[in-house]
Amino acid sequence: MREAYSELMKQIKAGKFVFTGELEPVKSTNLHEVIEGAKVLKGHVVAVNITDNPTAFGYMNALVPSYLIQREAGVEAVYQMTTRDRNRLALISDVLAAGALGIKNILALTGDHTTVGDTPQAKPVFDLDSATFVYMLRKMIDEGVDLNNNKIENPPKFNIGIAAAPNADPLEPEILKIERKVKIGVDFIQTQCVYSVEQAKNFLDAASHLNTPILLGIAPFKSLGMMKWMVEFVPGIKVPEEIQDRIRKAKERGGKEAIFTENIEIFSQMIREIRKTTNAAGIHVMAVGFEWIVPKIIEHTGLLLVSSISLWRFSLGESPREHTQYNGLHEYGCSY
Amino acid sequence: MIIVQQKPLHEIFQMARNFQRLLIVGCDGCASVIQVGGEKQAKVLKALLEMERRLKSKQELRIKAMSILRQCDRQIVTTSLHSLVDDYDAVISLSCGAGVQTLAELFPGKIIIPANDTKFIGMHDTKVGKFYEMCRACGDCILFETGGICPITRCAKSLLNGPCGGQAKGKCEVGGWKNDCAWVLIYNRLKERNRLDLFTKFRLPRDYRVSEHPRELGGEPEEKEETA
Repeated sequence: MREAYSELMKQIKAGKFVFTGELEPVKSTNLHEVIEGAKVLKGHVVAVNITDNPTAFGYMNALVPSYLIQREAGVEAVYQMTTRDRNRLALISDVLAAGALGIKNILALTGDHTTVGDTPQAKPVFDLDSATFVYMLRKMIDEGVDLNNNKIENPPKFNIGIAAAPNADPLEPEILKIERKVKIGVDFIQTQCVYSVEQAKNFLDAASHLNTPILLGIAPFKSLGMMKWMVEFVPGIKVPEEIQDRIRKAKERGGKEAIFTENIEIFSQMIREIRKTTNAAGIHVMAVGFEWIVPKIIEHTGLLLVSSISLWRFSLGESPREHTQYNGLHEYGCSY
Repeated sequence: MIIVQQKPLHEIFQMARNFQRLLIVGCDGCASVIQVGGEKQAKVLKALLEMERRLKSKQELRIKAMSILRQCDRQIVTTSLHSLVDDYDAVISLSCGAGVQTLAELFPGKIIIPANDTKFIGMHDTKVGKFYEMCRACGDCILFETGGICPITRCAKSLLNGPCGGQAKGKCEVGGWKNDCAWVLIYNRLKERNRLDLFTKFRLPRDYRVSEHPRELGGEPEEKEETA
């Protein structure tokens, strides 16, 4: 088994149920919100993903904020790197730079196509894909050489993650593709979001032979509008009617505040169920722009040792719907 | 075959506006087969140019419209055109980019006007009147391993190890969920043939030197200069 270089991998290896968060640098030179977001997540998640031009929008690079959240907020980063914007030379450069800056995790991604982003005229690179990128990373880390076997002084040490689409339809080619990468050597998998335990189980079952820790993605709804948009426009996403209903009713009942409370209920319940009934290694929470909800969801699951034991008891006690809520639901989930 | 598309007329008129003696040359190769650049189209363009000039100015125009076997063949172009071009100020080519450049190289003193945009190497479906890109001339064919479906061409990201997360129900996010995901097509084909081993095969990063352009092929190997 490969070495654990990062705290994230150490905790996974130690058998802990881990949480990771996500932060998004935007089209700005100001990193205040990212660093403040990291401070909010600190102590609740073991590491935070920093996105790399998500959905092909031209934002600040992911390396600088990855470094700064580690230095300024003391939170470990998962540096997301896509092959969309850089050829293999530029990837080598950034990987070495990440090593110099003390980054411990890299999430190797192909990246959304340029045409779906905010600069659709751009020339897409895709010199490598996520599989060949993982292959290059393995050579750099394990053999201390680049793709052409040129020696690297002080080779970098990272744990490598990949993404997965648990709602992929058809699912089998997705699983076979993950298997390809697992064979090359990945340490962990973070998935796009799931909206039901059944969907989660479906994917975990299909991927169980891979023997690789899987962190299931969840994405709470910032608003009713966001939910509607995801249901309507993000292909492959199916939010259970029951959850949609709960969010809609919350909105009627008490506006935004009630939606947040309902989110905390829905997702902490789902996480508890996943923890109890699956072998998932943890949860990756994507709540970009309202990171404050992440600690609340995690605390409400009662799964993390939080300072207030009363809060823990409270959240365990207050779940009368826990065992019946998801009965009769089918496959759901989303991908951004 | 090489798929070409005629440029908007106003662009062709604009490029031709300063010339009175014009030779319009069609190509009986690909451009003619798809009815964009043959003799008929050369004659139609002649008529349109004459009409445009008559409306805009009283300038005398002398246009000849013709077609040759292939514009991408040096010998054919030379024998078909060398006695003609001196009588004209400019040549309008109805060929692909290869034809236009062959003319430009053989007749360096002449202005060669491209009437078409060269789109791609593709397949013609005459039933629906559509053309589909099928090959990007990457120089390193793996169609044998991918069930005869080219991921370099038909996957928007040209992935060697697909599919990516941008497919839903076998459709690609690029182009508005209309195109098939090449890697789902490959998966289905290989599964039918009981060859999923080829699907799961890991493909190393491509060596882009094989498609480093400009490419050339064939001929006698150049003799190395003897050094004393």
